[in-house]
Amino acid sequence: MAVSEQPEAEGGLSIHPMEQFEIAPLFGGGELGLLTITNSTMWMALMLAAVSALLILGMRGRALVPTRVQSIAEILYGFVREMVTDVLGEEGVKVFPYIFTLFIFILFSNLLGLIPYSFAVTSHIAITGVMAGLVFCTVIVLGFVKNGIGFLKMFWLGDAPLALRPVLAMIEVISFFVRPLSHSIRLAGNIMAGHAVLKVFAAFVPALSIFGIVPMALMVAITGLEVLVACVQAYIFAILTCIYLKDALQPAHH
Amino acid sequence: MEVEAATLLGKYIGAGLAAIAMGGAGIGIGQVVGSYLSGALRNPAAAKEQTAMLFMGIAFAEAMGIFGFLIAMLLMFAV
Repeated sequence: MAVSEQPEAEGGLSIHPMEQFEIAPLFGGGELGLLTITNSTMWMALMLAAVSALLILGMRGRALVPTRVQSIAEILYGFVREMVTDVLGEEGVKVFPYIFTLFIFILFSNLLGLIPYSFAVTSHIAITGVMAGLVFCTVIVLGFVKNGIGFLKMFWLGDAPLALRPVLAMIEVISFFVRPLSHSIRLAGNIMAGHAVLKVFAAFVPALSIFGIVPMALMVAITGLEVLVACVQAYIFAILTCIYLKDALQPAHH
Repeated sequence: MEVEAATLLGKYIGAGLAAIAMGGAGIGIGQVVGSYLSGALRNPAAAKEQTAMLFMGIAFAEAMGIFGFLIAMLLMFAV
């Protein structure tokens, strides 16, 4: 996003809350191409390394009495699996790897993004939009493969009065197509807003000299809140994916 | 120059107005959580299974506020 448009504030107080989301090439300057290694790429690679360390190295022992790292990996796995089977039933196990991947990706990018001077990958709609778009495409493809043309019955509510059905069908279609938009923007917006708030408060600290301790204490509290938001947003993204996939797998129960 | 200044003014006023949407999201989330809490205190045994619904309700209530936030962001940085 363009930061240059922001006017310079007077009195030494310069707040650039959106600067942290700028994508820059990691090696040298130059243009941003399709395959340029950027800070976003680097933090995604770090996220991948962290996930691999936890899930591959942590599970290497396969001990009956788990070590601390192994029990964290097991808790994560069990938590997502329970969530999937709660919503989708036993046949949902087939889509469990997909939802587990999404959950772990978002959780780790959110948490890594909270480290000072790091880069929050999920704050970009380009990233979350791809994930939400893929979920949307998966729902459509799975729905038509599993139910054939009967998938469209999802929009035609059988138990509503006949006169109301066309209106309801229109509302259902609109809400169906708004899903990828709200799905992606919810995650990116939450993460972006949280980081921007932290940056704004950070600018108050040097400006207030000794009284800067007040916004500093607030920042500590907000960081705690952001850790909660990071986990809750990963959970919400995953559970909404489950609920959307439920339409495709069991349209009768809609 | 006049037009540019007016555009800038309109941009910032519009972004501020769009931020009102977040207030609506706050009201909605408060409503959802309040209703959940009053239900959960009446019947604590059934509360645990409904936490997924709670987060879903929060997510849907929040989506509208997030749309307003997006409009504000678009006005500030994209338009």
